[in-house]
Amino acid sequence: MIAIIKYNAGNIRSVQNALNRLGYESIITDDKTEILNASKVIFPGVGEASSAMKYLKDKGLDEVIRAIEKPMLGICLGLQLMCDYSEEGNTQCLGIFNTQVKKFPPNKKVPHMGWNSFSDVNGKLFHDIKTNEDMYYVHSYYAEKNEQTIATCNYILPFATAIQHNNFYATQFHPEKSADVGTQLLKNFLEL
Amino acid sequence: MLKKRIIPCLDIKNGRTVKGINFVGIRDAGDPIELAKQYVEHGADELVFLDITATVEKRKTLVELVTHIAEEINIPFTVGGGINTIEDVSSVIKAGADKVSVNSSAVKNPELITQIARQFGSQCCVVAIDTKFVDGEWMVFVHGGRTATPLKTLEWVKQVETLGAGEILLTSMNNDGTKAGFALDITEKVSELVNIPVIASGGAGTKTHFKTLFETTQASAGLAASIFHYGEIPIPELKQYLKNENIAIRWT
Repeated sequence: MIAIIKYNAGNIRSVQNALNRLGYESIITDDKTEILNASKVIFPGVGEASSAMKYLKDKGLDEVIRAIEKPMLGICLGLQLMCDYSEEGNTQCLGIFNTQVKKFPPNKKVPHMGWNSFSDVNGKLFHDIKTNEDMYYVHSYYAEKNEQTIATCNYILPFATAIQHNNFYATQFHPEKSADVGTQLLKNFLEL
Repeated sequence: MLKKRIIPCLDIKNGRTVKGINFVGIRDAGDPIELAKQYVEHGADELVFLDITATVEKRKTLVELVTHIAEEINIPFTVGGGINTIEDVSSVIKAGADKVSVNSSAVKNPELITQIARQFGSQCCVVAIDTKFVDGEWMVFVHGGRTATPLKTLEWVKQVETLGAGEILLTSMNNDGTKAGFALDITEKVSELVNIPVIASGGAGTKTHFKTLFETTQASAGLAASIFHYGEIPIPELKQYLKNENIAIRWT
């Protein structure tokens, strides 16, 4: 069973739809036991960092997430919340990835919205995916590159678009909205 | 590099597509889901569903449709047409829409933009603006372009950005339906003025029109309806052309 973490962020349903299309059963849950017993966990999200983090703490989900031992995939806001700190709402985050989340300088259109490619790809998550393929993005904040970065995207500046630390994976783009190439990435994660 | 987006718009009435031809392999061109899936396969970067149903039963039918679309397609989509309240927004977002577009309702109640941005994030708030060049000034029109407003387009776009809009869908009524090309000057003026993405709409008739749009303005996307529905310009052909012309385009 795949657990999708339920919290006050949008877009959770889209992830479940994508899993259904791949033939995987999933539950949307904020129950500690269900999350820790799942074979894989997905931590999706579109929303605002400080209110999301507050919700996670109020529900004790911050501790649950840190305790996950099975592969977990954070998506978009999920990735940002897994970092140390976010400028959005001056938020202390989960501290799984040792990097910080900053707001894009307004040199170009913000949010970074639409399809973009990536480079410097590393690891199983990107099996069978070429770097000239595009993923769908929508975000105004980005994670700074660090040594845990497994893919880089360039918009205004190079930023970490996929990060991995042990069993914790995350992507800034939305694989569930990135057509066939995004589906492939989800499949790679589910087959880890 | 961030790609320029090609966005087909589907008009929906009572849960059915209004215009549309029978693409090869589509049994029912009136079925929005089949049509949407075909567009996804053809490489559309995003879809817009515009509900033009006028009945009171509207929202229920729309929410059911949005639920089905979200189950079936794996690219982002926007739902617009008669989204008047935060409850309307909530019901289509919860059903799986990635964005909503508001038009007349935002003019009537600009606070709605801020409510959407606060509750669901700016990224899901598209403000659609119908604009027409009247007496030397680009003005905002509402109710499907039937009603003039005292709003100047260049002031309204600035205001919607400040209120929390994440994107602007700009339709030039002077160009819409002419197939003579996009309204380049107002598209560029708006793109220059705001720092959020602008989708240009109205007037697409040839592949060159898209090239000119992307070469001469900072528009992030081009939207069209009939040329795609009636198969006049197949999306794969358009994308191949733009790619050959060195426009940054997603290639599938």
